[in-house]
Formats: sequence, structure tokens, C-alpha cells
Amino acid sequence: METLKRIWSWFDDVTGISAWLLPILRHPVPPARRSAWFYVLGSATLFVFILQVVTGIALASSYVASTAQAYNTLLFISGTTFGHIVRGLHAFGASAMVVLIGVHAIRVYLMGAYKYPRQMNWLTGAGLLLFTLLMAFTGQLLRWDQTGFWSVVIAAEQAGRTPFIGNWLGHFILAGDTAGGATLSRFFAAHVFFVPALIFLFLGFHLYLVLHNGISEPPKVGQPVDPKTYRVWYQELLAREGHPFWPDAVWRDVVFGFLVVMTVVALAITIGPPALGKPPDPTIIGASPRPEWYFLWYYAVLTLAPRWSENYLIILGPALWGAALILLPLLAGKGERSPLRRPWSFVIVTFIVFMIVYFGRIGKVAPWSPRFEAPPLPAEVVGITSGPVAEGAALFYKKGCEYCHAVSGYGGIRGPDLTYAGDRMTAAQMKTRIFSGAANMPSYTGNLTADELSALLAFLQSRHRTPPLLPTAR
Amino acid sequence: MSENSLLPQTTNEAVSSASGPETLRRRFLERLSFVLGSIAAAVVATPVVGFLLGLRKPSEVWRAVGKLDDFTLGATVKVSFLDPSPLPWAGVTAQTAAWLRRIGDQQFIAFSIDCTHLGCPVRWLQDANLFMCPCHGGVFYSNGRVASGPPPRPLIQYPVRVENGEVQILTSPLPIT
Repeated sequence: METLKRIWSWFDDVTGISAWLLPILRHPVPPARRSAWFYVLGSATLFVFILQVVTGIALASSYVASTAQAYNTLLFISGTTFGHIVRGLHAFGASAMVVLIGVHAIRVYLMGAYKYPRQMNWLTGAGLLLFTLLMAFTGQLLRWDQTGFWSVVIAAEQAGRTPFIGNWLGHFILAGDTAGGATLSRFFAAHVFFVPALIFLFLGFHLYLVLHNGISEPPKVGQPVDPKTYRVWYQELLAREGHPFWPDAVWRDVVFGFLVVMTVVALAITIGPPALGKPPDPTIIGASPRPEWYFLWYYAVLTLAPRWSENYLIILGPALWGAALILLPLLAGKGERSPLRRPWSFVIVTFIVFMIVYFGRIGKVAPWSPRFEAPPLPAEVVGITSGPVAEGAALFYKKGCEYCHAVSGYGGIRGPDLTYAGDRMTAAQMKTRIFSGAANMPSYTGNLTADELSALLAFLQSRHRTPPLLPTAR
Repeated sequence: MSENSLLPQTTNEAVSSASGPETLRRRFLERLSFVLGSIAAAVVATPVVGFLLGLRKPSEVWRAVGKLDDFTLGATVKVSFLDPSPLPWAGVTAQTAAWLRRIGDQQFIAFSIDCTHLGCPVRWLQDANLFMCPCHGGVFYSNGRVASGPPPRPLIQYPVRVENGEVQILTSPLPIT
């Protein structure tokens, strides 16, 4: 014991660590009172980031960043008990980090904590939000299955919409002519070295700023921020009512962070990592790539927006979001902080959450995607097994109608449900629609013989709420 | 923190009180440090950036996809072949595919599998005589023209030739539209 003490006092003497660290740990923070639990989100994001670093290093110890072998190494990692859990931790940790940094940003925005003198706190945080999303996207790609492969192609095509440099940028993302050998290494380097380095840099700056400017006090109605007097006022507040950060404030961070990490662990063990899809073989055509949940809303918005606006949305959408995040603290850096005096902040946050949840759910369903997996209509739906109606039902499947139109719960939902088509349209109206097509329906002119058309019409006309008596099958 | 630091405090007085030659000397040393640092950074950055940007070598290569007799007139089939710039460690990813249709004794037509919207792989539906994309529901007619949905232009076609009874496709870089 005595020896340990001597070693410590020698270490402290030659490093000056306690003289440097103790004032940081014990720096006074303003009383948060009833808002105290709102202040745990940033530290929870940090805890999950550390979890990501640790689990990421573990995964990188077995992952081979080669387009030929990455898939096999993922199979190998998932095949071991702990590897399976570590993959789950890293995947759920990624989701947790996206959620936490998002909610943290919303909390700071609602409480007006980005105002003077904490504008740079906000801007470094905006950078960290961007980097977190970059990590989420590049990380999903490293799960180098069919979806991973096609995600690279889609990313390159989206980047290709950039004016002037689009083609060049798209091929820069691919690291060559095609998605091939060099592509995955490029994303691996970005995910493991480049973006994490930026995160460490910004995180260090962000934490330094938290210390330099002090933790923001909960906003009060009618107490606007005046840059001329704020710092003096804040110092007086701390002198009057401040508590030491350690342990008065930290314990809440630890309790919440503990719950978050335990939740991630529980999900990793019970649900496990995302399943690996088919191998990343571009010649397997049956791929239906989908983004992870955090980008599903964007996928849906891009798909549902008017077609002429797509090129603008792909590039301008994210650019405008970035501009809004940067301009916010610069244009609104003083004045009222309380959200009760900034009612628009509620509107904006509600709008953002609505966009992510509402369009995320639409993106999950992807109603615009053909349902290639739909089976031919069973006999009990068709109601007859021979004759023109049955032939029409077979054609309804063979000609691809069913991929986009549902009948009695079978088929896609891109086009109108045709379960009761016979109640709504005459045969002549149907014929016109089948031959002329529509914005989202191909024209079948030249694609159907006269016999096929009449069978198809007979089937569609037989779709009624109360089916008319059909001649029974012989 | 600064009151705890044992670092020598900035010698502001020394700098400002220095007269004539001393000020000039310091200004020269500052500039020297900045200039040397910038030169070193630029010298190192040139090959790094050049390497990262220069992996693209636009190339077009004829690839054999099968014997002439393997293809039935009128049928649209998927053919697989090596992409134009396969790297030895690319594995299955070096493969690419096209939809190939024989339209005459020596004539073929080949479509890229990449949807012209955002590059997803389109499927050929033999009975429906259509290409369909799984991502946003783009549909193309059998001649590659847009039938419906978001694709802005027809499916890209690869040149095809027949050499000594062998069907060959001219591969090209991923078309970024």
C-alpha cells in the first residue's frame, strides 16, 4: 500500500495529472433541477461511441477488407458465439448512436443551448452528427453482402447527380470504373481510419468547448442571452449555485449510460446482428437493396417526391440541411432560449420527427416496389379453375400485373387494389388503361393477344364485392 | 486551467518591446515555419490525393459470353462476364452481368442490368416481356425503352459481336447517369 502511494505520488509529481484533471472533474456546473435528466444524452452518445470503437476494433481483428473475402470473414465472425454477439453490439450500437446524437441535438436545439457563447459547441456537434451518419452508411456497406454491394452502386449513382462533377464523384466513390476490388478497401479506410479520426478531432474540440464555455443552464422564460453580460452572469450563477461536475452531475450520466449500454447488450444477445444476405455477386439478379432504418425516410421521400424534383432533392436536400445546421447558431445566437418563447422550435422538431417516423414507415413497406415474391393467385381467390376467368387469373400473374396490383391480399401495392375491380370499371375502361398505361404502369399494347386480353378482362370483370354465380368447373 | 499550468507564460512584452531587427527576425522565422510546413504538406499530399483520385482507368474490353449456338433466337438470357477492370482480389465482385437477346443469325442486343434510375439490377420477366427494377419500380419494355416509373432514360446497351462462333460483349465502366 505504502509502495503504491509512493508510485502514485511520483507519477503525479512528474506528470502533474491531478493538478490538471481534478479541476476539470470538479468544475462547477449550474443547477439543472427538474431538467437534470435532459443533460445525459451527450455523454450517452460518447459512451456508445466508445462501445463502437471497442467492438469495431474486435471486428477489424478478423474482418478482411477484400471484396472476395469480406463476406466469408463475416460468416466466420458470426459463426463464433462471441463474434455473433460483438457484431450485434456493433450494429445495435450504431443504431443507438444515431438515435442518441439525434435526440441530443434536438435537446440542445429546444433548450436554445446553441446560443452565445456556445455556437462552436453546436457547430462541432453538427460535424459529429454528419460523421455519425457517414459511419452508419459506410458501416452498413462493410457488411459486404448483396445489399452492401448494391448500396455502393446506388451511392455512386446518387453522387452522380451532382452538377458538373457528378460522373467523377461517382467513380471516386467506386474507386475505379466499376464496383470492384478497390471499392471495399476505400470504404473500409473511410470507416476505420478517416472518419473516426475526424470524430476524435471534433469530439476533443467539442468536450474542450463544454469545459471552456461551461454546461448551459436550463433556460428560463424571459431571461434572454445577451452576449455583453452573459459570461459575467454565468460566472456569478456558478459561484452562487454551482455544483461540482464530479460526482454531483456525473452520476446521472453514468446511470443513463449504463442503461443504454445494457440495452444494447441485451438486444445484441437476444436479437443478434443483422442477418447476412446473399453473397455480393453482381450477377445474382434477385437483389432488392434497402437502406438501414436511419435512411429509410430519405429513401421514401426521394421516391415519393415529384419526379422533376428528384435531381434537386438528392443534392440540395442534404446541402440545405447542412446549411440550416450551420446557420442556426450564427443567425440566432442570442435572445430568448426558452422553447416556450420559441414556438417554432417545437414545430420544426415535430416536423423532423414526423418526417423520420412517417416516411421511415413508408420506406420500410416500399409500396412502389414490385412484389416479385407474390405467388400465382390460388384457386379459392379466382373462384374457378378453368375457362377464361381462370386463364385471365393466370395471365394476371404471368404478365406481371400481380407484382404491382393486389387481388384479395395477393400481390403488390404499387397500383390500385383490384380485388373489386369489376365494381369500379367497365371492360372498356379497363382495356383503355391496359393499353395506354400510366406514369407508373407500362402499356401492354402489343404485349397481349386478343384472346389473352379478353381472358384478362373476364378475370378482372369477375372481381366483385359479392361475386356473381360462376359456372362451376367441369 | 492556465493558473495551474507550469508552462512558461507567453512573453508578450518581450515580443512587443523588441525593436527593429529583432521583430524582423521573428517575423522571418514565423514565415519560414509556415512556408516550410506548407511545402512539406503539399509535397506529401500530391501523391496521396493523386493516388486516391487516379484509380480510374477508363477501359472497354470485349468479353466472351458463350458460343453462338448456345443462344436461341428471341430469347432474353442473363450472361455473366468479367467487368472491364477486374482486380485479382475482387472475387465474385469482379463479375458483372447483362441481359442478352439473339435477334438474328449473327445479331444480338445486350442491355446493362443497371437500372438507369439509380443502378439497381433490373429483372427480365419472360412472360410479361418487361424489365422491372426492384428498388423504385421502374419498368422497361423489351427494347429497353422506359415503360413506367422513375427511370429517366432507356436501359444502356452494350455493343455485341460474333467472332469465330463466339458471342462477345464490349464491357464498359459502370454507367453513372
